[in-house]
Amino acid sequence: MDIRLDNITHSYDDFEIMRDISLDIPSGQIVCIVGPSGCGKSTLLRIIGGLERPSSGAALQLGEPPAGCLNPLTYIFQDFALLPWRSVAGNVSLVLEDHGIKDAKAQAIIDDVLARTKLADFSKALPKQLSGGMKQRVAIARALAVNPAVMLMDEPLSALDSQTRELLMDDLVDLWTRQPFTAIYVTHNLAEAVRLGHRVVVLSRRPGQIREVVDIDKPLAERAFGDADLDSHQKHLWQLMRDEARAADAELINV
Amino acid sequence: MSDTGKSVVFRGGGFAPKSRRWVGLAVFVGLIAIAEWGTRSGWISALTMPKPSDVLETFRELYDSGLLFKHLGPSLSRLVVGATIGVSVGISVGVLIALFSYIRSGLVPLVAAIFPIPKIALLPLFVIWFGIGEGSKYALIAFGTFTPTVVATYGAVDNVDRTLIRMGQSFGLSWWSIVRKIVLPGAMPGILSGLRISLAIAIILLVAAEMLGAEFGIGAYILEAGSLYDLERLFAGVVILSLLGVIVSSLIGLVELWLLDWRT
Ligand SMILES: Nc1ncnc2c1ncn2[C@@H]1O[C@H](COP(=O)(O)OP(=O)(O)O)[C@@H](O)[C@H]1O
Ligand SMILES: [Mg+2]
Repeated sequence: MDIRLDNITHSYDDFEIMRDISLDIPSGQIVCIVGPSGCGKSTLLRIIGGLERPSSGAALQLGEPPAGCLNPLTYIFQDFALLPWRSVAGNVSLVLEDHGIKDAKAQAIIDDVLARTKLADFSKALPKQLSGGMKQRVAIARALAVNPAVMLMDEPLSALDSQTRELLMDDLVDLWTRQPFTAIYVTHNLAEAVRLGHRVVVLSRRPGQIREVVDIDKPLAERAFGDADLDSHQKHLWQLMRDEARAADAELINV
Repeated sequence: MSDTGKSVVFRGGGFAPKSRRWVGLAVFVGLIAIAEWGTRSGWISALTMPKPSDVLETFRELYDSGLLFKHLGPSLSRLVVGATIGVSVGISVGVLIALFSYIRSGLVPLVAAIFPIPKIALLPLFVIWFGIGEGSKYALIAFGTFTPTVVATYGAVDNVDRTLIRMGQSFGLSWWSIVRKIVLPGAMPGILSGLRISLAIAIILLVAAEMLGAEFGIGAYILEAGSLYDLERLFAGVVILSLLGVIVSSLIGLVELWLLDWRT
């Protein structure tokens, strides 16, 4: 299942947030969206996930989600959004219960996704007992449990320290290499974008418009921390973003 | 500069009260001891306050004669029935107020209007509506616990982390699942602390509820002792209500330990 963004424009009241966003997200690829803060990245992701209606234009699903897919468009949030009163396994089972998946069948799925995110030993732990990186892995496990067609990730690593972030990037690359998934990955961190993105979309400051789309051909599994060619991509992205970010930073926020 | 150096002045600490179990008991014992000593030595006149030992004696008589449970039974059943009705209707209405704009706009002013009414003043009305028997007593206690529960519940639901609700929606959970699995557990800390207030109010209203048409009940017992200026019995009754309050509050504490162990 592919995603097509067709001329999306969005305003809050008279306040234009983004303009004429058109983009194709092919199945099996990670598309990173970068841009200065306030340019509408989170809003765009909410529109794609059906949590918000665009003022004009549309987000389209092309083709049918694969069989066995419980929730085609699945989010991973920056602040994890785990239920603190449920254990790790309980947080995963939350999203299965509504589909009538219970008992042994649910347990099989839970065991599988916890193993894939290296959490098998922590299934009974409560979120308060986990580190930030583990919490985000629980959120990833929960997303994997519904077998999504597209993962919508809003700065999933931004709340973590930089070492944990490196480890989790490796985990994401591993997950993708073993079983490619489609993802729209919003970040303001260019290092994450060049590490995880098959394609990086640069948005301008508000109203967000697509400034450039950069394709990175190197396979994910061969990318490593500090690669020279990744660095040059990152420098290029930073050139594009610097002026936007500076200008965005000097604007009064009209809220 | 001296070579030994001066240790840095400690200025952290405080602002983190810990549970000191025996202090509460010591305060009670201390106050009662002062009252006993004062009344015995004549420093507190017998008209101002009864001797704690006499109150204890009265209490013992009450227990020995079997009257204690004759009074306690009806009072407890009034408390349980009245508070259960008030609290469960209160939680449901509170959740509806928090989740639906029209219900919120319609009911919040109404709740604000009935909250400050002294429910005792309405007892004659309840007697007309629900009869002189148990009905009016249940109604008074239910009504008195209803308003604080509503206010606590919708405040608690308003404070539930919105990102958790967004998460539920993004996984396609049904409305009812979101309410049951995300909203209610998330609001539980606030609902339980509201419950402490509601149940204390229920105990206060017990005396009022037993003003009319009650032969037995702690409230009736206190009111009768009061009208006869029988201070020993009055105090014995008041002590029972206080104990009831302490028990209810520790029960809620236990429920909090059990339901809210996920809090950091
Ligand atoms: N619900 C809302 N109502 C009004 N303005 C909003 C709302 N959500 C976001 N905005 C505004 O839209 C702009 C883009 O927000 P957002 O999508 O969160 O940006 P980003 O994620 O790129 O930092 C910001 O200026 C923000 O203030
Ligand atoms: Mg954002």
